[in-house]
Amino acid sequence: MPNPNYYNKLLIALFGGVILIACINLSLGSVNIPIPDILKSLFNYKVENESWRYIILEYRLPKVLTAILTGSGLAVSGLLMQTLFRNPLAGPYVLGLSSGASLGVALIIMGAGLFGGVTGAVLLSKWSLVIASSIGSLLVLLAVLLASAKLRDTMAILIIGLMFASLTAAVVSVLSYFSSAAQLQQYVFWSFGSLGNLSWNDVIILSLFWITGIIVAIFCIKNLNTLLLGEQYARSLGVSISKNRLLIIISTSLLAGSITAFAGPIAFVGLAVPHLVRQIIPVNDHRILLPAVIMGGAILMLICDTAAQLPGSEFTLPINAITSLIGAPVVIWLLIRKRKFLF
Amino acid sequence: MALIGVNGVGKSTLLRSLSGIQDSLNGKILINGLQKNKLNSLELSTLISVVLTEQPISKNLSVYELIALGRQPYTNWIGTLSEEDKTHINQAIELVNISSLQHKKCYELSDGQLQKTLIARALAQNTPLVILDEPTTHLDIYHQAHVLKLLKDLTQRTNKSILFATHEINLALQLCDKIILMEKDKVSIGTPLELIEKDAFTNLFPTDLIIFDRSSQTFKINT
Repeated sequence: MPNPNYYNKLLIALFGGVILIACINLSLGSVNIPIPDILKSLFNYKVENESWRYIILEYRLPKVLTAILTGSGLAVSGLLMQTLFRNPLAGPYVLGLSSGASLGVALIIMGAGLFGGVTGAVLLSKWSLVIASSIGSLLVLLAVLLASAKLRDTMAILIIGLMFASLTAAVVSVLSYFSSAAQLQQYVFWSFGSLGNLSWNDVIILSLFWITGIIVAIFCIKNLNTLLLGEQYARSLGVSISKNRLLIIISTSLLAGSITAFAGPIAFVGLAVPHLVRQIIPVNDHRILLPAVIMGGAILMLICDTAAQLPGSEFTLPINAITSLIGAPVVIWLLIRKRKFLF
Repeated sequence: MALIGVNGVGKSTLLRSLSGIQDSLNGKILINGLQKNKLNSLELSTLISVVLTEQPISKNLSVYELIALGRQPYTNWIGTLSEEDKTHINQAIELVNISSLQHKKCYELSDGQLQKTLIARALAQNTPLVILDEPTTHLDIYHQAHVLKLLKDLTQRTNKSILFATHEINLALQLCDKIILMEKDKVSIGTPLELIEKDAFTNLFPTDLIIFDRSSQTFKINT
């Protein structure tokens, strides 16, 4: 075992990486703003062009923070799910969170036609989407929680989550079959995910959920380590499996639920980041793994967001596609290079 | 102390009920005169430690980390190891004689080494009773004898009680202080000699295939 200082240095290096990429991300965008002016607007000095300050403070900075919050939050919930289910394929979506959110949003956008035109016009604001996806994930989550309270076997929860996902996907496809092209487009755009739609208020709300979720996760660390031995050993070490399971699910849903509500269903990060981190730092102690995954998730999301803006152009690509385009080859490459699947 | 019985007679169920992994089906369990269902799971985990047939699922743990997890009932809310914890861990490593392995990862170990590591983890839990469910499966006959001998030495050196289920009756007869023989409708307890004298083994298995040979004190194929 390398000494603890090694891990501390590594975590500090990762943190430095987050800051560095955040700065690069801030400096890039469709409008070219010189770096000194970026710093000036951040630290409240006089800027040559007032609209630059507006772009930095009201658009780019919230987006950077959103990228950090979503990346790290999804990565942590992925880590929690993988350890809880002892399954390397688990991610935040296994609890049916994003499928519930998709259903909620699909009902609002595409169901508007079915429920009459009145709701349609009134409800299609940003907040209605946030609320719809929150309610959707909450309902699916409650169903999964009810099922998990009745079950002793953790694996069954995994399967139930997947069943809910396929149920809601079916309802969504029925809805899309009956909806107009415009509605369909709006739904598809939502499902691309987006980091740029958040105002400062939204970022503050999201970070409150994030902080609560992370704090709950921190209190799970000890039991997560015990779960590495398997549930039966954990029980023999005095861990209450069902209580611990509930805490982990609460933390995951706070993190992934709020992120899905604000940024749409971003699938890949939660699954991939824990694997990426384990390949780079071959450690299974969650006291090191958790902070490393937080920063790894933030870094991956910032890189993806930077790439999504296509530096130097006016286009912004859907973030959901970029995370997979960048992340998947990296995971594949790391697995092949190390030839060892660490889990 | 060995727990012996044919497949499906309920050895594992008994051990799992004792160690609190599953709720007991019926009746009362007393541990050192305390009623088990009045203890909370944390108190129970300082009385009984286990080695199960199920292998720890994460092989990415190092031997030292795995043994350190045996200290979970004693560590603080985030699991920091105190000096006392480290002493117990090092003692456990020394007792089963695996100090050369302690920095290896679990996926690098042979089945025998892994079993010793798991035994060390149970020792680090520092409980008066250690329960093992078939600790010798997957091992060759040398390592079977080695593990059982190790367990016997441990009872003498650490003053712990060790209870294990096994199908290695021949080895158990030679190495155990006491044997619990579980049959469908009765349970006999005694030293190996007492049980042999009571003819307890004769009808353990259907005699058309396996018979107990009293002169050599082993089971043989009925030819």
